[in-house]
Amino acid sequence: MIIPKLALRNMLGAGIKTWLNAAVLSMAFVTIIGAQGLYRGWDADISRIMTAAEYGGGQYWVKGFDPYDPFTLQDAHAAVPPALTERVEAGKATALLYVPATIYPGGRIRSVVLKGIEPGQKALEFPSSALAGSGAELPALIGNRMAKAAGLAKGDTVTARWRDARGSYDARDLTIVEVMRTSVQSIDEGQIWMPLQTLRKMAGMPGEATMVTLAKDIPAPGAIPGWDFKGLDLLLKDIRDLIAAKQIGGSIVYVILMFLAMLAVFDTQLLSIWRRRKEIGTMMAMGVTRGRAVALFTLEGGLNGVFAALLGAVWGIPLLAYFAKHGMTFTSEQADSFGMAVDKGIFPVYGAGLVLGTTFLVFAVTLIVSYLPARKISRLKATDALRGRMS
Amino acid sequence: MRKTALGIILLLLAAGAAAALAARAQAPSAETILDRVDRNAVPGTKIIVAEMTIHGRRDSRTIKAKSWIQGEEKAFTEYLDPPRERGVKMLKLGDQLWTYSPDADRTIAISGHMLRQSVMGSDMSYEDMMEDSKLRQAYEAKVSGEEACAGRPCWVLEMTAKAGETAYPARKAWVDKERYVVLKEERYAKSGKLLKTLEVKSVVSKGGRWIQDRAVFRDVLKPGSGTEMVILSIELDPVIPDVVFSKASLRK
Repeated sequence: MIIPKLALRNMLGAGIKTWLNAAVLSMAFVTIIGAQGLYRGWDADISRIMTAAEYGGGQYWVKGFDPYDPFTLQDAHAAVPPALTERVEAGKATALLYVPATIYPGGRIRSVVLKGIEPGQKALEFPSSALAGSGAELPALIGNRMAKAAGLAKGDTVTARWRDARGSYDARDLTIVEVMRTSVQSIDEGQIWMPLQTLRKMAGMPGEATMVTLAKDIPAPGAIPGWDFKGLDLLLKDIRDLIAAKQIGGSIVYVILMFLAMLAVFDTQLLSIWRRRKEIGTMMAMGVTRGRAVALFTLEGGLNGVFAALLGAVWGIPLLAYFAKHGMTFTSEQADSFGMAVDKGIFPVYGAGLVLGTTFLVFAVTLIVSYLPARKISRLKATDALRGRMS
Repeated sequence: MRKTALGIILLLLAAGAAAALAARAQAPSAETILDRVDRNAVPGTKIIVAEMTIHGRRDSRTIKAKSWIQGEEKAFTEYLDPPRERGVKMLKLGDQLWTYSPDADRTIAISGHMLRQSVMGSDMSYEDMMEDSKLRQAYEAKVSGEEACAGRPCWVLEMTAKAGETAYPARKAWVDKERYVVLKEERYAKSGKLLKTLEVKSVVSKGGRWIQDRAVFRDVLKPGSGTEMVILSIELDPVIPDVVFSKASLRK
């Protein structure tokens, strides 16, 4: 027990030197917890909003449909099977039809996907009701990004050209009945939403769909021939991979911070051993084993981690609590620059595992970094140390 | 006297009606016109050097290309000019299309939504290039009238697609009465909306066929003056080795 007491006394006795090290280390400490919490919060937030607006409880895709392969789009339609029709009629699912098209806004050409959705559907948190009761012959709903990119606004008409199920060209003027504000890019950019029955008629695809999205928490009815079920794990995988990639990129910052903090601890340890070599020699002459001397210096260095945790708690807890409550807000342009859905802001989530894990990590690394210079003591002769020599 | 005058008037009316009927009897049927148009338009093989001038909103640019064509099924095109496009090649085999870009040294199959993209920014899409050019097979037609077009007397043909899978469900064409070559054409969507127009500016005789050597193709849904195509030279019925129409020739 004497070693920890002695270590604590020595560290407190070192005064400003100790607290400077602890301050630098606490920055790394709080930054790691803050950044990790931010990514966790983002993951939770993105899963929530994408599930609500797009993925629901999972999707049945018509066989051959691949959202990342536009080549598959033209033929990606089939009659909705009875097992899914039942759920659609019960409001537990919604059918979506995709038809590739070209629009001509303001004399420019843009490739888009016309997407049919039931205006009265309740399976998704999607403002499809805007498509009902507008009085327009061919009502269309677009997102704010699409509106900006195509230069379209509510009340505008735009000519769309598409090929029907048999390959024949058709072209009509669509009326933009609403521009929705959404944080989910994947239901916005390059897409025009229309009433499902209208699109089915336009494309000559009665009763057909490209996918059927189940409402949240509605179990999948099992395997359906001609349709593939895609669960939330798969649907959210890309987004989660992207967050993980951003997380790895972000971790470089705290690796640098940790490195700087550890460098400070390492240097302090080296300097401390050099300056206290006579003290070490005296301790050894009085019967303190080399191992205990090494333990004393390692523990002194390790206490930097404890002080950093305490100091970090003093200024970090209020700061992190503030962000957890108010979130990190972005303008819509900033949010779009992330390349994926970000709601009004990101609200960090700090779990006990995250805090304890980070504390353990910082403490373990500090101990290792403290031990490395302290090893020198194990090779030190007491007589040399007493004379102020390092052998 | 009055009876004689009435008799003459009736005789003249009858003669006029007979002449009109005779003229109508001489007018070929719409099918015959389309047959002759197809014969003119679809020779066996040909090698063409042509220029395509794309008139955009701000400026115009010209692309020169050489094409080896065999019937409707096979076509191989190599872009010669401008330097930026030089070496780009395109191969059409039936309903398949590939392009080769020397910069990327890659061959890309054009299908799906890419077929809707315009060729080199022109008014013509890849789909337009893939269209079956035999009108007689694809359309029911009727002669809806006679009109002068580009200073030539023409039959006006209204065509309706026989099958649902034809790209343009309706077309209207002005066919030269003597040369049986389309001088003007309008292509319509199923809704009746006009999508594309073709205006032939010049026709030349070559090997017993009349060939449109200068024409403007226009996507009417977008602004601009369309894409002008000029045939600089044409060789009819040359022998083209099969290897030209192979994917291997794209990288040569």
